[in-house]
Amino acid sequence: MSGGHYSYQFQASRVRAEFFRLLPISLFVVAFGAAFGLASTQEGLSPLETILMSATVFAGASQFGALDLWGAEVSVLPMMVVVFAINSRHLLMGASLYPMLKQVPPGRRYGLMLLLTDANWAACAQDYQNGRHNLEVIVGGGLVLWLAWVLGTALGVYFGGLMQNPEAFGLDMVLGCFLLTMALGGRKSPRVLVAWLVAAVSALAAWKWLPPNMHVVVGALAGGLIGLFWLEPKAGSGKEVASDH
Amino acid sequence: MTIETTSAGVLALIAIMTVVTLVTRFGGVFLMSFVRINPRVESFINTMASSVLIAIIVPMAVDGDLGALAALVATAVTMLATRKPLPSITVGLLAAALVRYLG
Repeated sequence: MSGGHYSYQFQASRVRAEFFRLLPISLFVVAFGAAFGLASTQEGLSPLETILMSATVFAGASQFGALDLWGAEVSVLPMMVVVFAINSRHLLMGASLYPMLKQVPPGRRYGLMLLLTDANWAACAQDYQNGRHNLEVIVGGGLVLWLAWVLGTALGVYFGGLMQNPEAFGLDMVLGCFLLTMALGGRKSPRVLVAWLVAAVSALAAWKWLPPNMHVVVGALAGGLIGLFWLEPKAGSGKEVASDH
Repeated sequence: MTIETTSAGVLALIAIMTVVTLVTRFGGVFLMSFVRINPRVESFINTMASSVLIAIIVPMAVDGDLGALAALVATAVTMLATRKPLPSITVGLLAAALVRYLG
């Protein structure tokens, strides 16, 4: 918005701290990256093409989704639809950070978004629920996650999957468990619990009956509608936001 | 329209995937810059944010095997008791590994 003042102060030391905060989860991302690297070379992509894709797309589920459509030829429109549908959750994630992002100049704001992915967003959103403005985790956390994803991809390309059977150690559940801890670490009120119930039921219904890959957006928007019509009784934070204008 | 997976073709496909993904990373932020943030909008996006997580996790629990379910339940219980993410995730992974080892 024009005329806004860009008051967000980035602190290099916090960016570094957030890099190390997400380092443990990034070690697991290396394993996912390796799985992608292996799968991609098996579909016939060259090592450099595979690493390039991980470096520029940086969205694992959609990269696996695109591989499913790979062959001697790839139909462009279906591939775009799959990639867009799987990544459409980014639209909502970005929107949810806007109250903080509007305090950052546009160039830097969109620069930050290059590093947006599930884990650093979840950490940032949880901090925001708890009253902490922490865009540093998008930068520092995003950087370590990106490095892990690209490094993992390269390892998978050149050395194959790092483990015979990662599921035996529960490693396929790392991201799910991480996101769950972020959800449960936020503020919980009757309003939030009702929203979660609506989100869960809607996501399951969409997953069952709608075209694939739409359930996250459908569930999230359905949960958001609860917030739209049911406001927190004491609008303390709302007042602060209104006074910005 | 189809693209052959020659070297140039693959590069074009990667470029298209990158652009589509960038649209999703930028789009939500861009659209919000036209929205006036009032308490109601703030309430919507806050509730939506945590609902994103639920909408990712619940189908994962329903679609997954018993190990996946065990991981999520164990993580949730530990997190609610301790409020510490890393131990909770560790307990979750151990639960999945144990259930799968026994199963």
